[in-house]
Amino acid sequence: MERKVLAEFKYDLAPVVQGYNKRTLYVNVGTKVIAAKPVSDMMIDKFVGGKGFDLYLMWQGVKDSTKWNDPENEICISFGPLCGNTSYPGSGKSIVTTISPLTGIPVDCNVGGHFGPYTKFSGWDALEIQGKADEEVIVFIDGDKGLVQIMTAPDKEINSHILAEELVKEFADSPDKLQYVSVVSTGEAADHVLITCLNFSFWDKRRKVARLKQAGRGGTGSVFRDKKIKALVVKYSGLKSDTNHPVDLPTLQKTGLKLHREIEAGDDSQCRMHQVGTAHLMEIMNDYDLLPIRNFKYGQMPEAIGLHSKEFTALFTQGMVDGCWYGCSLSCCKAVDNFKPRTGPYKGQPVCVDGPEYETAAGCGSNIGIFDPKDVVEINFYCDTYGVDTISFGTSTAFAMECYENGILNQERTGGLDLSWGNADAALELLHQMARGEGFGVTVGKGVRAMKKIFAEQYGADPDFLQDIGMEAKGLEYSQYMSKESLAQQGGYTLALKGPQHDEAWLIFMDMVNNHIPTFKDKAEALHYFPMFRTWFGLQGLCKLPWNDIEPADNAQTDEPAKVPEHVQNYVDIYKAITGKPMDKHELIRQSERVYNFQKVFCMRFGKGRRIDDLPPYRAVGPVTEEEYLSRQDRYDKHLVEKLGLNPEGLTTAEKMARLRAYREDQYQQLVDAVYERKGWTPEGVPTVDHLQSIGMDLPEVLEVVKRYL
Amino acid sequence: MKVLKTFPDKCIACHACESACSKLYFKEDNQAKSCIVISDETHPVDMNVCNQCGTCVAACPTLALSINNQGVIMLNKNLCIGCLMCVAVCPTESMRTYLGNQNPFKCIACGVCVKSCPAEAIKIVTE
Ligand code: SF4
Ligand code: SF4
Repeated sequence: MERKVLAEFKYDLAPVVQGYNKRTLYVNVGTKVIAAKPVSDMMIDKFVGGKGFDLYLMWQGVKDSTKWNDPENEICISFGPLCGNTSYPGSGKSIVTTISPLTGIPVDCNVGGHFGPYTKFSGWDALEIQGKADEEVIVFIDGDKGLVQIMTAPDKEINSHILAEELVKEFADSPDKLQYVSVVSTGEAADHVLITCLNFSFWDKRRKVARLKQAGRGGTGSVFRDKKIKALVVKYSGLKSDTNHPVDLPTLQKTGLKLHREIEAGDDSQCRMHQVGTAHLMEIMNDYDLLPIRNFKYGQMPEAIGLHSKEFTALFTQGMVDGCWYGCSLSCCKAVDNFKPRTGPYKGQPVCVDGPEYETAAGCGSNIGIFDPKDVVEINFYCDTYGVDTISFGTSTAFAMECYENGILNQERTGGLDLSWGNADAALELLHQMARGEGFGVTVGKGVRAMKKIFAEQYGADPDFLQDIGMEAKGLEYSQYMSKESLAQQGGYTLALKGPQHDEAWLIFMDMVNNHIPTFKDKAEALHYFPMFRTWFGLQGLCKLPWNDIEPADNAQTDEPAKVPEHVQNYVDIYKAITGKPMDKHELIRQSERVYNFQKVFCMRFGKGRRIDDLPPYRAVGPVTEEEYLSRQDRYDKHLVEKLGLNPEGLTTAEKMARLRAYREDQYQQLVDAVYERKGWTPEGVPTVDHLQSIGMDLPEVLEVVKRYL
Repeated sequence: MKVLKTFPDKCIACHACESACSKLYFKEDNQAKSCIVISDETHPVDMNVCNQCGTCVAACPTLALSINNQGVIMLNKNLCIGCLMCVAVCPTESMRTYLGNQNPFKCIACGVCVKSCPAEAIKIVTE
């Protein structure tokens, strides 16, 4: 490929010291400025790394009025001090942040693939991208030579499964060194719609393909394409077990080896990640009435047997080492090899499909009424290569299908598409339309919040009904678990800073199944602890799965099994072994609390982050329609008797639904009161100055924003 | 397949094989750095060494482990990134490591220990 170098920046290569490079890389694709920025001790103390660094850099770069497509919006990718070690499973994550086109506030995604660790070992603690190019560009980081370049990108291809592979081959030193290159890219849909993602590649030496892991949520791909970036490419070939230069390699290795052995012994019986990845959850969720079906109406249906994990096990190539970073023995990244799509531009061509993971199988399967795993695999493939987020695609399509069911949409309005539940051809056509930038797919690709407005304004649909069934909060689509019967999870979803993603808290079993957190105070404590604990993964560049998808054999006998105390101690140990800094399980939470509150205040800079932004659609809380109520009538009637002391006999379904709704909505509000208080926030959701001081996040610029609200 | 075969009944637990092995590969006389390990707490003694079963080869994410044309599993240090996943999956705990080392190590059936053994308790055989 003929490429013109538009800007170039040489830098000195220097080893990482105890997890840090102490500098970040700034690239402005508009002005073509490339620069190194020093990392101060304050940044390390208060922001740690990963998402903390991303948000800190972005805070300086954007204005209160910045919109997603303003040139000053940034895409920050950071890694964290623990990222890139090859000893402890789950240590290769990058954290991506940007001002989201869907929410207008910072979104953060935790993503695997080799780009993060390689960029870190090329000499950078974060990559900060700003500006808008006037022609298509690639940013190339050569970590072997100490060189950063912005180059032209006349490449015809945008779709990731082809582009990533082409670029890996182009930038590798030789065909036997493909594993040293990683690419970030998106796809054609990111030029036209907003529910988009970024793909981070890793070269799979066994399959000889570029595998793709998604920074899925919040429309990162759209920001990328708005900047006219076709790809980011990194090359780094020096990886060893001590490239991260830990102070105490033996302890790091010992702790990693202990977990490798635990996974080796427990995977088959506990989580079957080696066989089927997170799709092992399909029947578990269906059994517990938690698998979203038909836009989250139901959590269980006999048809869901079609998406049983055994179906996916049969499709996945078995016996492969499927880690998204070296050293991850949990290896959840399954792939369907030689899949031949039956539709679209790649029809009939054998491709390697990464996944489906649980979220994709549920979102692009049961939630839109599709129960054929091959259809799910095809949607998964096209979502990835076009750069569409499978979660938002699933939830947005489910919303459109329910609108179709209710006559809000019809074939005239959808341009002839029959959006009946389970119509896989129509779902796929929506995707192809997103990639072509035409038809009703473009409307669906704007996301649920935009569709609600369009359907009310243009088709006269009842805005209240759309609000009730539109599974979004803050502008982001819900991920794929039913929260109706778990008040704590309603909070876990809807209070999440970036929007309803389950990565802050997944409390359904603790709350609904095991009833371990019965009171508001218990739930609030869980909604404080778990979001903070999980935020820590994003500060360090870690994956959540090896924390609690696999547990030590004696975990159930510990005092707090839900926290997996032995694994928490592992994290404390490896943090100390890498950084040489003091750490215990309390300081771990404090590190997160600082950044979490910073992110909260960041949202407030954009006028968001208020109590009204933390409201769920009623579909996430209880039955919206009579059909839903009647399908679980015994449960809801019992609820009326037990919780409200109400005799349901003689009441119409509508009356019962109204009483249940009033009760549940009130419960949710009480939960919010309890959680805000536990988090050190006012009843309006504003962090108090006292609280910010007590956790050490009282930077003047932070207090200045908070004071606008107090 | 070329493999180092052990005969625990004959072993007199002199540990000469360990010395020979660690001296050849690590230039020091140190049981912790020997590919063959003799534990004399039991009777007959336990002689632990790789049987070239190949479980580790499938677990290696970088293809640093491969089987050569004699059936011996070899580790390519240039490709190894030291994750120790091979150590964890080895069914006989014969993929060896010592903490702080960059890479694991294993018996490649070179036979240096055979020559050092006074009791004929180890032999290179082709199976
Ligand atoms: S558990 Fe899966 S997602 Fe997490 S680091 Fe391992 S391979 Fe990657
Ligand atoms: S330690 Fe080296 S040889 Fe063993 S699995 Fe990891 S990369 Fe492969």
